[in-house]
Amino acid sequence: MDLSLTAEHEMAQKMVRDYAQKEVAPTIREWDQKQEMSPDVLPRMAELGILGICLPVRYGGQGMDFVALGLACEELEAVDSTLRVIMSVHVGLSALTLLQWGTDAQKEQFLTPLAKGEKIGCGAFTEPGMGSDVANIQTTAKKDGTDFVLNGEKMWISLASKADYALLTARTDFEPERPSDALSSFIIDLKSKGVTTGDIKGKLGVRAGSTGWISLQDVRVPAESLVGEEGEGFKITMSGFDSGRYTVGAGATGLIRACLEASVMYANERKAFGRSIAGHQLVQAKIAQMAQDYEIARLLYLKAGWQKNEGERNTFVTSMAKQFATNASFNAASEAIAVHGGYGYSDEYPVERYLRNSRGAMIYEGTNEIHSLIQAGYALGTRKDRPLRKEMPGFDADFWQSE
Amino acid sequence: MNIVVCVKQTPDTAATLTVENGKASWGEAPLVLNPWDEYAVEQALVTQEAEGGQVTAICLGPETAEDALKQALAMGCDEAILIHDALFDSADSLVASRVLAAGIQKLELVDLVFFGKSAVDTDTGIMGSQVARRLGWPSLNLVAAISEMDPSAKTMTVERLLEEGRQVVSGPLPAVVSVVKEINEPRYPSFMGIRKASKAEIPRWSASEIGLEGEVGSALTWPAIQVPAKGTTECEIIEGSDAAEIAGKLVDRLFEEKVI
Repeated sequence: MDLSLTAEHEMAQKMVRDYAQKEVAPTIREWDQKQEMSPDVLPRMAELGILGICLPVRYGGQGMDFVALGLACEELEAVDSTLRVIMSVHVGLSALTLLQWGTDAQKEQFLTPLAKGEKIGCGAFTEPGMGSDVANIQTTAKKDGTDFVLNGEKMWISLASKADYALLTARTDFEPERPSDALSSFIIDLKSKGVTTGDIKGKLGVRAGSTGWISLQDVRVPAESLVGEEGEGFKITMSGFDSGRYTVGAGATGLIRACLEASVMYANERKAFGRSIAGHQLVQAKIAQMAQDYEIARLLYLKAGWQKNEGERNTFVTSMAKQFATNASFNAASEAIAVHGGYGYSDEYPVERYLRNSRGAMIYEGTNEIHSLIQAGYALGTRKDRPLRKEMPGFDADFWQSE
Repeated sequence: MNIVVCVKQTPDTAATLTVENGKASWGEAPLVLNPWDEYAVEQALVTQEAEGGQVTAICLGPETAEDALKQALAMGCDEAILIHDALFDSADSLVASRVLAAGIQKLELVDLVFFGKSAVDTDTGIMGSQVARRLGWPSLNLVAAISEMDPSAKTMTVERLLEEGRQVVSGPLPAVVSVVKEINEPRYPSFMGIRKASKAEIPRWSASEIGLEGEVGSALTWPAIQVPAKGTTECEIIEGSDAAEIAGKLVDRLFEEKVI
């Protein structure tokens, strides 16, 4: 296993860092307070190629590998979680799922504009009545001739009101042999007749982002909208999570780093009992924990990224990367507030935003409780990776970077 | 147009200069493309986009300076050349300008050379003018805008940013132009540029390859380097019942300290 970064990785990471630090960081507090997404964010990320960073050039992407995707997510979330959320749903849940499962026609019609950032994608799985219990999805897609007609409601969907396309899971079999056979995946144009979307306000965190709902009322889509085969929706959704969770883990690693950097800076400035608080051992203990968690989180996501590059199934390591980093980022943000004392409790400093932003990632893309069950399954031998009809291709520079 | 942009690798602007064993040191600071040179690279690329031609980035420096050149390539420069030779290890600006001028002459048929206004480490701000003098070309420094460019007539007009205001100057090509940050907003490297740059084999030119042999001796020497004594700052709060009383006490204190 080689976790060293290439010059290409380092330059890509710096480019994303420069963008986020120079163009987003100066105004993020205001957008967070307004509970709105800056209108500049999506067009600029598209223009810079960030929205297609790890997708093959032949589909309009930038031809970088999966490690570069992780590094970009780390840099984006070091400024604000909402930037990384874009990568999770646009790249992770929709574009990479199409890369893995889509037909050539779907790649041309949907993946290419997503990779170029001309269109924005999201993943629509969660519903008002279900989240982790994916097999219990209630949205229906009934066949009518060769078309499908969709009805239902999706909830807690990042970019619901901003996206053009949704990778959506719906029930197509109403008497399945196994619950997981009931589902199918679709790529839906959110401008289709019968689709309405909206944003949810009053969230604890990711307030500078868009989180919303999608309502489907007699939405007619052609058979070509079906991604994979009928009944493959559960597997497709789960494999999409392998991509999405990777971005969440890598992003949360950036959040830990942001907490660490803010704490180090403040601890060196603030004086108490006649010296800077960095000299006090209990403050040092908090900072040491953040530094250690950052290293562990980073190694975990780099291992997952390396596995992805090699074309290995990575559900186990990706689950650990996501769960560890999100739990650790919540703890780091809480401890960063402790280091900042009263000022940490105010939005004069960014650490209160870090804490609010960190909590959501412990819930979405599989609650961290579900991740414990996934990991226990692997450890106990009760869960095994079975071959998929279509595996995510490993990174092949020749394929990825040729026209 | 055949455009050259001269760049330097410098410590990050957050770095602090210290003295270790009698030598100036930037410690373990990350090394970057001199931030002022990013504006020069950007202007070279903008000029190329408008007028066509080729942009070559040249850097005098150690082997690690390849990274600065790769940044320039990733931003969009077509070619990059590192001038590296042990002979130039402690080059002052007289030597550096001679080396860069020799490199530019080796390229032949150069129409325009861009520099950033200065390098953030040595901060002399005279390299562009020194290179222009050695080449015998006009030096247009502190340029904040290029208002006209006519490659066929071989002329250009620029706006120089001076303390007194903007000075409009026209001159013939080839010329050496140093730019200030007001001239543009440097682009980020593109991912495609990053991929190209990371694979690029950057040619290295030695002293003999640019026709410089023997002693190129710097005029500048550093006989001793000392850290200036740190000043101490004390804060004194002047209190009083109203502004007039506080102001009066303040004036008295300033007299006592012989400030006024």
